[in-house]
Amino acid sequence: MVEVTMADPVNTAASGKTVLTVENLQAWYGESHILHGIDFNVKAGEVVTLLGRNGAGKTTTLKSVMGIIGKRTGSINFEGQEISKAQSDKIAKLGIAFCPEERGIFASLDVRENLMLPPTIRPGGLSLDAIFELFPNLKERLNSQGTKLSGGEQQMLAIGRILRTGARFLMLDEPTEGLAPVIIQQIGHTIARLKSEGFTILLVEQNFRFAATVADRYYIVEHGKIIDGFANAELPQNMEKLHTYLGV
Amino acid sequence: MSINLQALFAQLLVGLINGSFYALLSLGLAVIFGMLNIINFAHGALYMMGAFAAYFLLNVLNIGYWPALIVAPLAVGIFGMILERTMLKWISGLDHLYGLLLTFGMALIIQGVFQNYFGSSGLPYAIPDLLKGGMNLGFMFLPIYRGWVVIFSLIVCILTWYLIERTRLGANLRAATENPTLVRAFGINVPRMITLTYGLGVGLAALAGVLSAPINQVRPLMGADLIIVVFAVVVIGGMGSIMGSIITGFALGIVEGLTKYFYPEASNTVVFVLMVLVLLIKPSGLTGRAA
Repeated sequence: MVEVTMADPVNTAASGKTVLTVENLQAWYGESHILHGIDFNVKAGEVVTLLGRNGAGKTTTLKSVMGIIGKRTGSINFEGQEISKAQSDKIAKLGIAFCPEERGIFASLDVRENLMLPPTIRPGGLSLDAIFELFPNLKERLNSQGTKLSGGEQQMLAIGRILRTGARFLMLDEPTEGLAPVIIQQIGHTIARLKSEGFTILLVEQNFRFAATVADRYYIVEHGKIIDGFANAELPQNMEKLHTYLGV
Repeated sequence: MSINLQALFAQLLVGLINGSFYALLSLGLAVIFGMLNIINFAHGALYMMGAFAAYFLLNVLNIGYWPALIVAPLAVGIFGMILERTMLKWISGLDHLYGLLLTFGMALIIQGVFQNYFGSSGLPYAIPDLLKGGMNLGFMFLPIYRGWVVIFSLIVCILTWYLIERTRLGANLRAATENPTLVRAFGINVPRMITLTYGLGVGLAALAGVLSAPINQVRPLMGADLIIVVFAVVVIGGMGSIMGSIITGFALGIVEGLTKYFYPEASNTVVFVLMVLVLLIKPSGLTGRAA
């Protein structure tokens, strides 16, 4: 089993080598300073969840890793490469795939085109059949306009299309937001399945109950900083603290 | 009143020819606007450069009409891509007004340079041998070159539509028009796509210029005269739609032609009257998205 030490929460659920290390990450939207020094890491094969209140900086953290925040400083190291200065298309080609909170389904593309949009960056991605096995709804709606899908189907499309590319590091921003419980369950199964197939997942969630079903480790983001972190096994003794952090 | 069919068809043909140029030019403008969010006022000057490129190819390098149909749009398209990389790139994300002023300035400079060397009168460009002469269709006499321009323009428009609406590359383009940031985060080189898109739009304008050379002669201000009508066409059709700009281009050419037959006095203003009406009733254009 995983070894757990409170002194170094960062290295608890270690199952493989570290693939992403973020150190002292600061980021700005225009003039407003959003991230004030984010430190965390993700190891190969883990599901790591960033928790925190609205506006804490979770989404900005993902966008900074993806390279779509204009101004960022500090260090982001992915598989040994420093990417904090890189453009997002280069970062994507290193094997990081991003599923944004607003899902980013294109209205002028049908479902098939949406699915085929992200280019294959390396071999080993899921085949279309494998994606349809995960999300059978998509197969039936291949010729529909992307934005004509229900919210749940759009989320499936947004996740499904990044599984094709061969990227093994997925960043999912609030994949359960606004969805019905049965769909949330389906997405939970999908994440578990991807994890079992060796994908590494960095998740942002407001829905803590959902996160608890899939995550190996948690980091708490507040005011643009990581203020705490623990492994899933330590969850029971941290529940009270967590309620204070999240204000639930 | 009795209808003189011969004259009516002749004006319809003129309308179709003009419609071909409107369609090719407004198509390029729509493609550029979609991707770069720039209203390309240099379009008329680049159309003129296409005609001049054909003229130079023939008179300097002795390269005729048929190769020029490919070489001139390529050359002017590359010139356009250089403009995009060196100037337009820097104003992306700014208000439309900046793009409008910059491209308008480019148009004035390009036209000024050509006027300086070639004056304002036209240079002749001969119809290629294969397309000389005409056909008697029974109801009218059809000059072959004009028929060719209409059919070839239509084919190019439909191919462009197919490229954008039905291919993988086109899907990338449409997606990047909607959300360039996310498309880039998927690993697609969006800045390169923007440059190529500008090159494509400019190439279409240059192609129209080559097609026009044997009909309208080659003049530094040929684009400046045409582009005003083309912008009215674009306003009527709406900026957003590829098929919309093609159909509106041809349709307005025909409307102009019919007006020339039925009420010649209004033929120069009918497009602008329609533009005013469309702006009053549907400001985003007949097929356009609301801005």
